[in-house]
Amino acid sequence: MFFTYLRRELAGRRRQTAIIAIGMALAIALVIIVDSVASGVKAAQASVLESVYGVGTDITVAQSPTPPGEGEGGGPRFEFDAGAGTTADGTTELSQSRLSAGFGSSTFDESALETVQGIDSVAATAATLSLTNTTFNGEMPDFAQMQGSDGGPVAEEGTGQAAPPQGGPDGAGGSAFDVDSFSVLGLDPAADAVGPLSAVSLTDGRALDEGDTGEHVAVLDADYATSAELTIGDTLDLGGTEFEIVGTVTANDADSASASNVYIPLDVAQTLSGEAGMISSISVQAASSTDISQVQADIEAALPDATVSTQEELASSVSGSLATASSLVANLGLWLSLAVLVAAFLIAILFTVSGVTRRTREFGTLKAIGWSNRRVVGQVAGESLVQGLIGGAAGVAIGLLGIAVINLIAPTLSGSASSGGFEMADPGGGPGGATGGEATGGVRAFGPMGQTAAATTEIALNAPVTVSVIAIAVGIAVLGGLLAGAIGGWRAARLRPAEALRSVG
Amino acid sequence: MTGIASPAGGVHRIDTRPTEDTMYTLTKLTKTYRQGDRTVHALKNVDLSIGAGEHVAIQGPTGGGKTTLLQMLGGLDRPTSGTISIGEDEISKMPDAKLAKIRAKEIGFVFQNFNLIPTLTAQENVETALEPLGVPGAQRAERAAAALAAVGLADRAAHLPSELSGGQQQRVAIARALVKEPEVLLADEPTGALDEETRDEILEILEGIRRERGLTLVVVTHDSAVARRAERRLHLAAGTVTER
Repeated sequence: MFFTYLRRELAGRRRQTAIIAIGMALAIALVIIVDSVASGVKAAQASVLESVYGVGTDITVAQSPTPPGEGEGGGPRFEFDAGAGTTADGTTELSQSRLSAGFGSSTFDESALETVQGIDSVAATAATLSLTNTTFNGEMPDFAQMQGSDGGPVAEEGTGQAAPPQGGPDGAGGSAFDVDSFSVLGLDPAADAVGPLSAVSLTDGRALDEGDTGEHVAVLDADYATSAELTIGDTLDLGGTEFEIVGTVTANDADSASASNVYIPLDVAQTLSGEAGMISSISVQAASSTDISQVQADIEAALPDATVSTQEELASSVSGSLATASSLVANLGLWLSLAVLVAAFLIAILFTVSGVTRRTREFGTLKAIGWSNRRVVGQVAGESLVQGLIGGAAGVAIGLLGIAVINLIAPTLSGSASSGGFEMADPGGGPGGATGGEATGGVRAFGPMGQTAAATTEIALNAPVTVSVIAIAVGIAVLGGLLAGAIGGWRAARLRPAEALRSVG
Repeated sequence: MTGIASPAGGVHRIDTRPTEDTMYTLTKLTKTYRQGDRTVHALKNVDLSIGAGEHVAIQGPTGGGKTTLLQMLGGLDRPTSGTISIGEDEISKMPDAKLAKIRAKEIGFVFQNFNLIPTLTAQENVETALEPLGVPGAQRAERAAAALAAVGLADRAAHLPSELSGGQQQRVAIARALVKEPEVLLADEPTGALDEETRDEILEILEGIRRERGLTLVVVTHDSAVARRAERRLHLAAGTVTER
């Protein structure tokens, strides 16, 4: 009888059923889509973070940059002696390479690594030193040949007037300079369980290993190697020292960029950059996800000057359209979903209560012929629940369709995250012809003059469909139905059976 | 023994002491309502007994208390004071759930406007009366079909109320009231919405079933032709019952 009555009521009151179901469906679909997009954005953020901090990194330890002191900062300075460079045909060529900690980044003593390793529930650690190698190349006229024996300009033969400038790249006394910079990451070759190397795969050659400590060997990001026309066995000038290229790597995630252009042993990086005994970041893996907050607290207590961030906190550091999407989903999406959900619930409740009011005589009659309050309330609640479930099923279908459309369009989001202190993304490359200017396809972008660059990653948004999303939808449908049913049922329960006889005079 | 005034000026004495054959016993039954600032005395110290198997008609002006009295007899409302018993059961202070069981088992209702569930077929409407008794589905269908056949509507079992005439709808309502084989049938203007021919058909059905099953029939009506067919006629005005 329950199901017969329920079926007949829902079929007989199609308009009410349709309005309630449509309201619930739209709300549930919106919730599903927003939840799914939020998951997709979160995954994209994680992908960006992994490219910088590596897979499995739960916590990163860094130090906030401090303002440069007087005479400090401003990037690398290139100084040349009077006789520096090589001169030929009236043109002097100058070249100098410097390896230094990124502008705006901060380094701290590597003894912090031991401190962190000594904390309970720390499973793995890896220290890195973020550097920027900047190479200055310039051509200028040979000023010596432009000067006469008296120190003045050379006079032109026959006229006695000053001779026009000569030499330089244009042959008329002009000069040309370019500055080339790329990122270099010094890391412990033995620590590949956590940290940036855990997020890359070997493409060619070999990876750094324990035996490379103290050696002038380098592993290159494959994309950078291609753009710089470098291959295994070639040498690379880092801070004026030749390094042998032993391998190339690419990011595990095809959409992501690797953390750096060049990876070298930590001790060598420290020595060449003048940052002996210093590091710029520690990647920490906790023994389990439940330990993360305790480990974070312990590190903060042990290293009060350090900035200790969990992956969740780091997600907020991801910038670009990914951050905009995240903000949009978190704010507009959430509130819009809630608003529509509340509206749908209100519609369901109002229509249910209105339906109960319209059916006053019906319920009064049923009570008069012996139906218990519980049975009447159960009938109303059952009808509302099924209306909610119909809305839920339609909502899941619409939601899945919406997710399919999003995944079909796959909007591209770009995100960048900085492993050091100062963050930037300069898709056009720096002035002076700096290399590696493309910001697309996972290639890193580099700013000028030794600033710590950010890994800019373009990711096609993929909105995942999970069991939890479906469970949320069903839960909302049941909740909406029960809520409307409970209120409608309460209204029905309060009806006096005598209402059925109201027409009697 | 309680005396009540007769409209003709004589005094009718009604035995209100319960006997084995008494279905209803009402003792000093009073019902008052608040209507804004006004107190309405719907029933005033009514003493009444109705015998088992009796056919009683209740007449009276609109607002005289007929509805209230029928609600009391049906266990749909509670008195302000006094008592009302069905057989041995005093129902005025009975818990709601127990009262619902008595309604489900012992009392059948027939309403002026039929009060059928519009979305259910005639067969399903009749089955609603067996639902609270926990009758199994197959048996429920069988009994409902038999009840519809008894009122001459076997061929209309699958029809919705909207597909039936007024007389047919009232017959479905009668089948619904009788399918559970109640002790009492309370009818509220059962022919009020019907033409004369159909009215007579319905009354024939009601009286035939009463005779056949020996149930108590209480009919509230404005129609004197209907009231005249009853064994006993009561007049209810200003909350007071008088016998005619």
